[in-house]
Amino acid sequence: MADATADIPGKLVAEGRNTRPRFRVNTRAVVMTLYLLFLMLPIYWLFNMSLKTNTEILNTFTLFPRDLTFDNYRTILTDPAWYMGYVNSMIYVVMNTVISLTVALPAAYAFSRYQFLGDKHLFFWLLTNRMAPPAVFALPFFQLYSSVGLFDTHIAVALAHCLFNVPLAVWILEGFMRGVPKEIDETAYIDGYGFGRFFVKIFMPLIASGIGVAAFFCFMFSWVELLLSRTLTTVDAKPIAAIMTRTQGASGIDWGVLAAAGILTIVPGALVIYFVRNYIAKGFALGRV
Amino acid sequence: MEKTVNQKAWFLVLPVLLLVAFSAVIPLMTVVNYSVQDTFGNNQFFWAGLEWFDEMLSSERMWNALSRQLLFSGIILAIEVPLGIFVALNMPKSGFWASVCLVLMSLPLLIPWNVVGTIWQIFGRVDIGLLGRTLAALGIDYNYTQDTFAAWVTIVVMDVWHWTSLVALLAYAGLKSIPDAYYQAAKIDQASRWKVFRYIELPKMMGVLMIAILLRFMDSFMIYTEPFVVTGGGPGNATTLLSIDLVKMALGQFDLGPAAAFSIMYFLVIMLISWVFYTVMTNLDKKGG
Repeated sequence: MADATADIPGKLVAEGRNTRPRFRVNTRAVVMTLYLLFLMLPIYWLFNMSLKTNTEILNTFTLFPRDLTFDNYRTILTDPAWYMGYVNSMIYVVMNTVISLTVALPAAYAFSRYQFLGDKHLFFWLLTNRMAPPAVFALPFFQLYSSVGLFDTHIAVALAHCLFNVPLAVWILEGFMRGVPKEIDETAYIDGYGFGRFFVKIFMPLIASGIGVAAFFCFMFSWVELLLSRTLTTVDAKPIAAIMTRTQGASGIDWGVLAAAGILTIVPGALVIYFVRNYIAKGFALGRV
Repeated sequence: MEKTVNQKAWFLVLPVLLLVAFSAVIPLMTVVNYSVQDTFGNNQFFWAGLEWFDEMLSSERMWNALSRQLLFSGIILAIEVPLGIFVALNMPKSGFWASVCLVLMSLPLLIPWNVVGTIWQIFGRVDIGLLGRTLAALGIDYNYTQDTFAAWVTIVVMDVWHWTSLVALLAYAGLKSIPDAYYQAAKIDQASRWKVFRYIELPKMMGVLMIAILLRFMDSFMIYTEPFVVTGGGPGNATTLLSIDLVKMALGQFDLGPAAAFSIMYFLVIMLISWVFYTVMTNLDKKGG
């Protein structure tokens, strides 16, 4: 009997507690299948649309493309007005990740190792910036960056996203750093390492996974945010997410291209997710799990 | 971990402080400035005191937006938290399928927010969307651009789709930290499934669940892009949540004074509620060790 059920996905859940009656095991698999189906269906529908022609989208209702076409993707990948959106997004996202990590690393170290005047308040104050609604900051940011001449540049968006990414990075890194025993620092100092050399040569490799996770989360939150990046840009640094709205032409919406653009924005996240899958909860919990 | 008192740690925190001061304090002060001044144009401002606050507090528009917001956050918390726990309980504990679940569940979290909106906008359309078409075929009258109830259902389901996985992932991380011995002890005591959940799993998950609730509350309270893309705040003002209303007021009508007063109260409400959550969370942390 055990062999007969070996191919059913439900079998795997039995590993956890293997004395369950069989119907129980199947319930688990059914629940997960239904939930994952619910998650995947809308994405599948977008993917499905991106491979159809507009005539097919509007005139027939099919669960998979009858008239398979890659024209929608070709349109995006050959037109600079389109693909520059991806380039712009990438530039400010990478800038933001680098800035956030650079300033967050020493700060997280200070929070995890030392007690100093106002440390707890400062730590909570950082978190409050994660709570700040972007809508509140949209207009002031617009005026601030216009007045210093940074409007419509990548660095403006990167700095604006620091508002929520720096606190996030500090929190995540602090969570990882707490796990490193302090004896390591002390031994290194006794061995004659200065702070800088110790930090880069010994400490950073120890929390490499933490840095990776923090980088991933900075990358992600900067990538998914739209309100601020759209407010701060017009042409030169316009992110792909904002460019997507221009599919609304005179002849109605170009659904196929819109769907293809949407699918292409999912790709970067999907690519890296595998590497951080076990840390995702920790990252979302701001390093507190 | 015992921390050493070291005031020089401030130097390590300084970069974060300067950066966040630039990207949070300056813009926030701009908002405060606007909230107490009035203008006749030409960049000439004069003192208005608390006039705008008075006006906003007595304006029906803000109270309506606030109650819609509270309703929205309440509904999604009431659905996402139990559902997330339920999904986490049913997830495979280890092995290949656990990875598959983690990766697929994380996918919606990494999609740019306006693309999430676009996905559901398309998915729900009666002419080309799978959901809209199916519901229409079943004879259910569903049109999220005209019908208030349908619009609400759409944005709630969209949020559940988007963020339930976050709650599930955090709860799952909490579940995984429970040692096997606990379950064995429960088995010896012949505890029922419900009792195991109530007295072992739930208390152990409490810490991460608080984080999940805090995050979901904060993020749902400042949600803007997703519902805006789907409904644009309509039909009428039926789905005009706080952020949507604020952006309309600040960037659309350029009513700086009222918008600024609105912003400040908005931020204060979020901070207040989050602070309560945070205090409960840190107290739990201390108790749990």
